Amino acid sequence: MNPILNPAMNSALSGGAPVATPFFFYMLSGLAVIGGILVITRRNAVHSALALIVTLLSVAGLYLMLYAPFVAGVQIIVYAGGIMVLFLFVIMLVNIERASKDRRFNRIWPIGLVAACTLMGLFVSAFVKGRALFPDRGMALSEGSNTQEIAKALYGEVNRFGQYTFGQYTFAFEIASLLLLVAILGAVIMTKKKI
Amino acid sequence: MPNFIMSYLGSTLTPGGAGNQFWALIYVLIIFAGVSVAVIAMNWIERKALAHFQIRLGPMRVGPHGLLQPFADALKLMLKEDIIPSEADQFVFWVAPLIGLLAAFTVYTVIPFGPSQAVSDMNIGILFMLGVSSLGVLGIVVAGWASNSHYPLIGALRSSAQMVSYEVAMGLAVVSAIVMTSLNTSGTGTLSMIGIVQAQQQQGVWFIFKFFPLGFIAFGIFAIAMVAETNRAPFDMAEAESELTAGYHTEYSGLRWSLFMLAEYAAMIAVSSIAVTLWLGGWMRPFPNLLHAPAWDFIFSLFPGLTFAGLAAIALIGTVRMPSQSFFKIQRIGLAIFAGLLGLIALLLLVVAVAGRSDSGIVARFNDGIGYVYWFVLKVSVFMYLFIWYRATWPRYRFDQLMKIGWKVMLPISLGVLVVTAIVGVIF
Repeated sequence: MNPILNPAMNSALSGGAPVATPFFFYMLSGLAVIGGILVITRRNAVHSALALIVTLLSVAGLYLMLYAPFVAGVQIIVYAGGIMVLFLFVIMLVNIERASKDRRFNRIWPIGLVAACTLMGLFVSAFVKGRALFPDRGMALSEGSNTQEIAKALYGEVNRFGQYTFGQYTFAFEIASLLLLVAILGAVIMTKKKI
Repeated sequence: MPNFIMSYLGSTLTPGGAGNQFWALIYVLIIFAGVSVAVIAMNWIERKALAHFQIRLGPMRVGPHGLLQPFADALKLMLKEDIIPSEADQFVFWVAPLIGLLAAFTVYTVIPFGPSQAVSDMNIGILFMLGVSSLGVLGIVVAGWASNSHYPLIGALRSSAQMVSYEVAMGLAVVSAIVMTSLNTSGTGTLSMIGIVQAQQQQGVWFIFKFFPLGFIAFGIFAIAMVAETNRAPFDMAEAESELTAGYHTEYSGLRWSLFMLAEYAAMIAVSSIAVTLWLGGWMRPFPNLLHAPAWDFIFSLFPGLTFAGLAAIALIGTVRMPSQSFFKIQRIGLAIFAGLLGLIALLLLVVAVAGRSDSGIVARFNDGIGYVYWFVLKVSVFMYLFIWYRATWPRYRFDQLMKIGWKVMLPISLGVLVVTAIVGVIF
């Protein structure tokens, strides 16, 4: 008997049970939280950056569990691969000896706390009212029986992702790119004395 | 158990596609062993080829024609004292080579050695490959910093700047190859590594020749950027020995240093595989659509066996031409045994090829599999030889020249090629 084509043998591995098991969820989110805590508690900036990489990679794993492999891949390329290298590049130019003796929490921490609480509130409200806010997903989930198939059909395929980005959500996408362009121009103008 | 093995050989799915973890583990182990052997072979070939480029002999003493030199070196590296500088950041110094090694080897999960000869076929294959291979630079940067020394730090800074710059041009070249899979009329549009090769098969042309010269230019950009990405000459600014002793791994010694070397060579093989998959038809033999008669299939399936037979013949000639002093007696015996082994492999492959011609079951599929892996490895090894050739031929760039080429020449060209490819792809 062919073990690959034998459904009884493989149902637990291939189609039936998803990868998104509680074990992986708790492992990845635990790693992300531990990494996040280490980022702000380490005195050494390079150690913080390494902890941030761990966090970013575990978030990429969480995206994979949500059947969004494209987002996971982009997360690895852009954040873990690109931005963190630039972070490390800049950190190396800083005098670590002196920087580690500086005060780490400055006086504007209450503002940060307020911002963090607002973000937390946003997430909680999105969690509670998720179906009302994102109707197409809510609909798909309510009528289907196999969550994995629907999630794959909705978000899994890269070309589906492209169709959403450049079709339904073009305006939001263009606004985001305009924001990024403004940030780039601002950075150039701020660093270059004479243009 | 034999049933399982037979069904694995006869399967048309990748282990990842079948969701079979045990089988995937076997594939991973095979690939790991294969890459390690390839790195050892590459080490020997590089030293010999460089020596011959410079009219030297290269390693000659350990084994016949220095064949055992890589093993002797590996033994030496394992026995050497593993020094961690007292001023270094202990933990980061320890973890840095592992980051590079992990990034270099994780990439191999999606490399398609054949239509079903890959660990897994991901929907985002090429994206995953680029992403994970870009993590390798973290190992280099962190190693240079953790050494707490000037030269390694400069090497790491150079390396990170260089990799970030060339990644952009490299990514755009890759995108223009992906655009070719999604033509307006006949395209499927895919990021999967296996899907990209199948698109080339379906369109009947390797992407390097597609929309000539667009595919060729994109391939050229990638071929230059991949040398810069792997820190090889003439872009080996990060480990320029005349300026920075050994660059980012100056303070490393023993086993840890060899891990860096292993990661570097594994990354070289990995980027060469990307180039082969995207532009050179991956596992396909030459002219699969033009010469598709069974007779041609048979002729091309003889190639793996004949290659090994040729290698055996070379080894045999070496045995015959060995000087006749008694000092060389043991070397001659060793080389004769090596030639015999190669000949045995050649015989085995030829038997499989002949048997696969009349068979239509497992043997034929096994024969097909050998063919796929053979053509893929052959194309990759051409690139590996090119890496050596570059190193022997070209002088090192200056750092500002490197940056100028990356940002002012390669990036605009790759962007232009991408735009033109997209326009042509919409028309056709």
